[in-house]
Amino acid sequence: MSVQAPAPPVEPVHESPSHHEPQTSGFFHFLRTYVFSVDHKMIGRQYLFTGLAMALVGGLLAYIIRHQLAYPGQAVLGHHPISADNYNAMITMHGTIMVFWVAMPILIGAFGNFLIPLMIGADDMAFPRLNMLSYWTFFLSTVVLVASFFVPGGAAASGWTAYPSLSVNGIPANQLGQALWVLAVALEFASMLIGGINYLTTPLNMRVAGMSLFRMPIFVWMQMAATLIFMLSVGPLIGGAVLLLFDVLFQTGVYLPDKGGDPLLWQHLFWFFGHPEVYVIFLPAIGIVGEIIPVFARKPLFGYKPIVYSTIVAGFLSFLVWAHHQFISGLDPRLAMPFSITTILISVPFAIVLFSMIATFWRGSIEFTTAMLFAIGMIAEFLVGGTTGIINGSAAADIYVHDTYYIVGHFHYTLFPAVFYGTFAGLYYWWPKMFGRRLDERLGKIHFWGTTLFFNMTFIPMLLMGIGGHQRRIFDPRVFTYTAPMHNLHLIATFGLYGLLLYQLPFVIAFVKGLVGKRTAERNPWNAATLEWHAPSPPGHGNFDQEFEVHRGPYEYSHPGSEKDFLPQWLPTTN
Amino acid sequence: MTAIAHPVPVLRRQPPIIPSGRLGMWWFLSSEIVTFGGVVVSYILLRLVHPDWLHHSAHTLLSAGAINTVVLLTSSLTVVLAHRAAEHHDCCTARRFLSISFGLGVMFLCVKAFEYHHELSHGLTPRTAAFWGFYYTMTGLHGLHVIAGLIAMLYLILGARNPKVLGRVAPVGLYWHFVDIVWIFLFPLLYVTAH
Repeated sequence: MSVQAPAPPVEPVHESPSHHEPQTSGFFHFLRTYVFSVDHKMIGRQYLFTGLAMALVGGLLAYIIRHQLAYPGQAVLGHHPISADNYNAMITMHGTIMVFWVAMPILIGAFGNFLIPLMIGADDMAFPRLNMLSYWTFFLSTVVLVASFFVPGGAAASGWTAYPSLSVNGIPANQLGQALWVLAVALEFASMLIGGINYLTTPLNMRVAGMSLFRMPIFVWMQMAATLIFMLSVGPLIGGAVLLLFDVLFQTGVYLPDKGGDPLLWQHLFWFFGHPEVYVIFLPAIGIVGEIIPVFARKPLFGYKPIVYSTIVAGFLSFLVWAHHQFISGLDPRLAMPFSITTILISVPFAIVLFSMIATFWRGSIEFTTAMLFAIGMIAEFLVGGTTGIINGSAAADIYVHDTYYIVGHFHYTLFPAVFYGTFAGLYYWWPKMFGRRLDERLGKIHFWGTTLFFNMTFIPMLLMGIGGHQRRIFDPRVFTYTAPMHNLHLIATFGLYGLLLYQLPFVIAFVKGLVGKRTAERNPWNAATLEWHAPSPPGHGNFDQEFEVHRGPYEYSHPGSEKDFLPQWLPTTN
Repeated sequence: MTAIAHPVPVLRRQPPIIPSGRLGMWWFLSSEIVTFGGVVVSYILLRLVHPDWLHHSAHTLLSAGAINTVVLLTSSLTVVLAHRAAEHHDCCTARRFLSISFGLGVMFLCVKAFEYHHELSHGLTPRTAAFWGFYYTMTGLHGLHVIAGLIAMLYLILGARNPKVLGRVAPVGLYWHFVDIVWIFLFPLLYVTAH
């Protein structure tokens, strides 16, 4: 193990990149500490709060959508009934917000920023100012997106997939909203690209002595994989989005058939990114779960290296499956078989990852903290989503279920556990480190069980409806007679959503409680072995207050022959 | 949310893979490669099924494109020379070569502006046909990247006396070579194929 030359004697104060001028009060100090901070922890919190705020908006949109579906034509929230165009804008913005303004900022921007330097023993990211730029670009993208609700013609209404010709000139009044949508998404992509440079460079170059790559926590591997997948897949869509914007603003006709363009080109460009994107969301979430399970099973993560290698293989394969979103688009039928094969193939490495996580429980000493409950829930629910995906991946079966509620059920059974169970698991687990206080465990348990019951109540009906042939993105199901027998399923799903939204209240209360009051959390309340638990709760500038090196892997729990319950990474070996 | 202040120790680290500035730039460039790659591949695929685009591409100015190719290639050469000077901590030579690159970059933009003016005044706008949509997107995106590169070079030229700034010639040079390589692809695809 090669390290750099021995460090000079410890100096009382070290000029770390995040260390700013010794001003302790005043307006500019406030701005530098809380608003324009280059400290990865503050930037992580900024991403978290913005993402959670947008989750409220996305949830409100879900409420309006489900209310319309259960009680078509009735007034929502005291307002007049929504129109078909409004409905289309709601579903567009619900999807757009949840994917780009909730999932990515929280799972990558918040957890990635906060934890990566801490987990590898670094004092900050490699490029702190670039990090700050990434958040403020993201903030700008949020402003642009929210503004699109209030412009004439309203927010974009062509689906989060923005297929032309609908998105170009299908709804003439909607063009400003659509243009703002493209701009907001482009800015969000730019912010994630800028941030991604940090997430890839920092773990490679700034690990503390003794931390080889295979001693990194699995969370860091997952963040790197997600970032790399994102950076390599988003490019074609950025180019395609510029062309879409040209089509919307200048009628250039790249995607319009009557001008010599091809609408299918957009679909390919979109899904070439869109499919890897779902793994960009999934991987950080499974990384969070992979950190929590060993701690509360008091066992090492099962199959750490197979998980790493499977993730790399899955990341590579994720670039070869995209056309399974286009099986009924009219593309060349000869593409059906190869894309079905790759899609079903990709379930293998992900199965290795998921079942390794489950195997970690075997003969463990399990403690059902709220974080652990959400971690288990994430895996269980995601397995439902994953298996429904196998049906969609086979072109022959997909022809029947595509664009039905079966698809909606499928992607909510994958995305909701990843985004929300993953986020909640991570928050209940890392809150002491982030804010120096614990989240209320009793409220957490109520939150967990309510969420689980009502999440399933909302989405199982959709799987059933989809098998029944009920199409998606339909403003008023009553236009078809065959949907009438399925109206009860709509009612159950809507009732489920009401419950789901209500049972987020315990979390909101715990959240507020967790931000005020005295800081009573210890340094390592969960007796975990990874490096972030060696820093104070919460860490100050520069993160760590003692010199240390890494002496072992990240999951040395219940080590055979050791009297201690766990051996943290920073603890020197005794012989 | 002020955390407790404490003295920050200097921790020993694992050796870096390659210096962070250069590594970060490579990650950034990897995403840029797929960005331009996406537009270029889309253009090629559409071009293959639209042989009539030949008539549109005949209207791009081959001589202007050729001049710009020579200009950019030369500017990459001077960037390499500037990088070599920077490695020898010779800030004056580095600054001189970077200034030549800067000047050549500005010349590129002037030729490009002349081309745009010529095409627009002949009524060849993005609206005219899909080919022109691609032309303006590809060259426009490329031009924006040239401008960004010039700003970075200006920063290097003005701060060349500072060794920290001089150490950043390597990643900026890398970026400039990338901008040049993108042009090497655009030139044959947009200018040469018609003749």
